[in-house]
Amino acid sequence: MTEEQTPRRQDAKTPRLDRRAFMTLGLAGGAATFAAACGWDGGNVLRPRLLDISRLNDWVGEQVLFSSTRLARTYAPAARSAMLPSYFISNALPMLENPDAWRLRVAGLVQRPLELSLNELMTMPRVTYTVKHHCVEGWSAIATWHGVPVAAIVARCQPLAAARYIQFVSFDSDYSNGWDMASALHPQTILAYGMNDNPLPPAHGAPLRLYSPTKLGYKLTKYLVAMTFTDKRPGGYWEDQGYPWFGGI
Amino acid sequence: MNDGSPLAPAAAPARPSVRRHHWIVRLTHWATLFLVAGMITSGLQIYEAYARFGNRGGPFFPSPFDDTRFPQWSRLGGWLAGALNWHFALMWPLVTVGLLYLGYLVGSGEWRALLFHPRDVRGAIAMAQYYLHLRRDHPPQGKHNPLQKLAYTSIYLFGVLAVLTGLAVYKPVQFGWLTTLLGGFQAARYWHFWIVWIFVAFTITHVILVFVVDPASFRAMLTGRYRGRFPSHD
Repeated sequence: MTEEQTPRRQDAKTPRLDRRAFMTLGLAGGAATFAAACGWDGGNVLRPRLLDISRLNDWVGEQVLFSSTRLARTYAPAARSAMLPSYFISNALPMLENPDAWRLRVAGLVQRPLELSLNELMTMPRVTYTVKHHCVEGWSAIATWHGVPVAAIVARCQPLAAARYIQFVSFDSDYSNGWDMASALHPQTILAYGMNDNPLPPAHGAPLRLYSPTKLGYKLTKYLVAMTFTDKRPGGYWEDQGYPWFGGI
Repeated sequence: MNDGSPLAPAAAPARPSVRRHHWIVRLTHWATLFLVAGMITSGLQIYEAYARFGNRGGPFFPSPFDDTRFPQWSRLGGWLAGALNWHFALMWPLVTVGLLYLGYLVGSGEWRALLFHPRDVRGAIAMAQYYLHLRRDHPPQGKHNPLQKLAYTSIYLFGVLAVLTGLAVYKPVQFGWLTTLLGGFQAARYWHFWIVWIFVAFTITHVILVFVVDPASFRAMLTGRYRGRFPSHD
C-alpha cells in the first residue's frame, strides 16, 4: 500500500510545486508587463544607464564599425522615390529674410575662419549622388543631392590639431548637430545646395544643408549657418533628448 | 517503466530525480525569456514610428500590420528614443546569452540531443502522426523527440536570423553586403519584424506543451532536476 501511495503523493505534489513556480513566473511577467505599460524609459535609475550603453554603442559605431572609405550604395536617378518627407522644429517654415546676405560661417579651432557665400560654395568641388535616405523612424527614400564635400571646406579652413568635432548650426530655432571629424571627412559627406537636379527647396533646408548617406536623417542639419570646430563633443537637438549621438548607419 | 511512453502505467514506482539541466542552460533559458520580451516590446514601440515596410511613396510589402499601433502594455520605452535605447542595450546581453548557450551545447556535447538531423525526418513524421491521432502508440524517443529537435533547432536559427536582420537594419551601410543579401533595408526590416511572431508563436506553443504534456519539465528548468516520465538522455 505505502509503495503505491508514495508515487501518488509524489505525483500530486509535483503539479502543486509547478503551480507555485508558475505563479512566480506569472508575477515576474506581470511586473515586466507593468513596466511596459508605463511606457517605461527606465526611470531615474535605469535611464542614465541606458544612455551610458548608448554612448558605448556610439563608440562601437565610430571606432569599430565605421569605415572612412566604405561608400554607401548609389542608385540611378530613375530610382528616386516619389516623395521624401521633411520637417523643421520652428513654428513656421524657416526662411531667410535676405537670402543674398546669407553666409556660411566656418569658425572655432581653425587657422583660417571663413565666410562663404552660396556662389563661392558652388564654385568649389561638386559632388552629385543618388542615395538612400534612412530615417531613425524606419522609413527610407531615394533622392539625388548636389553639394560640396565637407572635406573641401576642411582643406580650406585648416583646423587646428585640437579640433576633433564639428558643430553644425542652423537658423531653424536651436536645431544643431555635433559630428566626429572622421564622419565629416567621409567622401560622401557634403554641404548640399541642390536636390533632385533643382536648388535645395526650403522644406529640405534651403539654402544649404548637411547631407550624408552614412548617417540617420536627424544628423543632417538643415538651414545651415555655421560650422564650428571644437575639441569637445557638441550635443544636438535630438541627441540631447536621448537619440544616439553617433547616428551612423 | 522508463520507456519514454506517455502511456506507461500510472502505478509505476516513484521516479528517481535526474539531473537534467546544467545551470548555464537554466540561466540562459530564463535570461532569454526576459531579454526577448524586452526586445519585442521595445521593438513594437520602434515599429510605431513607421508602421509599414517599403520606401516612402511605396510600393509596400504585404503586411496585415500596416499602420498598426500595438497596445500600450506591449510597448517598452515610452517613445522612439527610449525604445531604441532599450533595444540597443538589450541586444548585447541577448547575443552574449545566445553565444554562452551555444558554447555550452558544443562544449558539453548536448547539442547532439537537440540538433535536428536529416535522419530525424522519419521520426518527425511519426511524431506528427501520433499528435494527429493517425497513430496510437507514442514513438520511442530519447531526451527529445524529433519534432522537439526540429523546434529547438529552428528557433535558435531564427534567433541567428533575428540578429542578422537586426544588424542589416542597424548599420545598412557598414553591413551593406548583409543588407543587400537580405533584399535591402526595408526587406530586412520586414523579416526582422516577422521573426517576432515566430518567437511569440513558439513561446505560446512551448508553454502549452510544457504544462499539458510534461509539467515536470518546468520544475526541471528551474531546479535542474527532473522527475518526469521522459528519458533525460539519448
